[in-house]
Amino acid sequence: MEYQNHQIKCCIKDFGMMSYEEAYQLQKRHMEEAVSYQKNFVLLGEHPPILTLGRLTKKEHLLVSRDLLQQKGVAIKDVDRGGDITLHAPGQLVVYPIFCLEQLGKDLKKYLIQLEQVAIDLLNDFGIVANRLEGKTGVWVKEKKIASVGIGVKKWVTFHGIGINIQTDLDLFSFIKPCGLDVVMTSLAELKKDVFSMEEVKSKVITHLVRIFNLELK
Amino acid sequence: MKNIVLPDLGEGIENGIISAIYVQEGDWIKDGDDIVELVTDKAAFNVPSTCSGKIKKINVRQGQEIFIGEILLILE
Repeated sequence: MEYQNHQIKCCIKDFGMMSYEEAYQLQKRHMEEAVSYQKNFVLLGEHPPILTLGRLTKKEHLLVSRDLLQQKGVAIKDVDRGGDITLHAPGQLVVYPIFCLEQLGKDLKKYLIQLEQVAIDLLNDFGIVANRLEGKTGVWVKEKKIASVGIGVKKWVTFHGIGINIQTDLDLFSFIKPCGLDVVMTSLAELKKDVFSMEEVKSKVITHLVRIFNLELK
Repeated sequence: MKNIVLPDLGEGIENGIISAIYVQEGDWIKDGDDIVELVTDKAAFNVPSTCSGKIKKINVRQGQEIFIGEILLILE
């Protein structure tokens, strides 16, 4: 798939395992830099277990009490992205592009398609055929969802992004109705019945980001 | 008077819901200031003002579905 973006300069930062709140503050700092200096960044890594509630979250999509979540060590937080409730946990790679959309043609729809394509192409590297489903958000392998997309945009700069289940503990999704949908979640590890190096996965994701968004890495 | 409308967000995104309004009638705003937040099933988009001036009328309310090109604010 060709997107014909102009080449944009970008710095990629791997934050490893970081709390959601800390990573959110990291995003905010990079957004300020992006707004002020038209710089682009990609932040990527993993979070300890947390449920995040997007702007369109319905209360009934949280299926357990907050007390139970606390007992299980799962945090919960309202966030300023689109979409409904979702889960982040170790084994899920989150990718947060902080992109100046003015450099990408101010086309939100195209940006979202490109972001989903990163996950689709990554999974293809591992022999998995993944797709978008008409009328549903995220990336799917047959009827199972493997990646969730939810972004925010301020002053035409993107934040939040995509979470791709590599070897996420899928039992944690039983606490929620993911993205408000009656779906079964899956992961690369479940589909391939194998364990994967997150470093290898990150390296492949970066390769696809560079190609799909036409990035010049700094 | 100047109208500030919901900008084109790219092919395929035609509408969204106003989830927050950051300004009030009578406020002075500058070009680039965030004025409202629009949400879709994937994105929360802070709509920036496209010009500067004093807000005469806010044309939308929280929870309202709006479409590309609809008037958000009227400046004096």
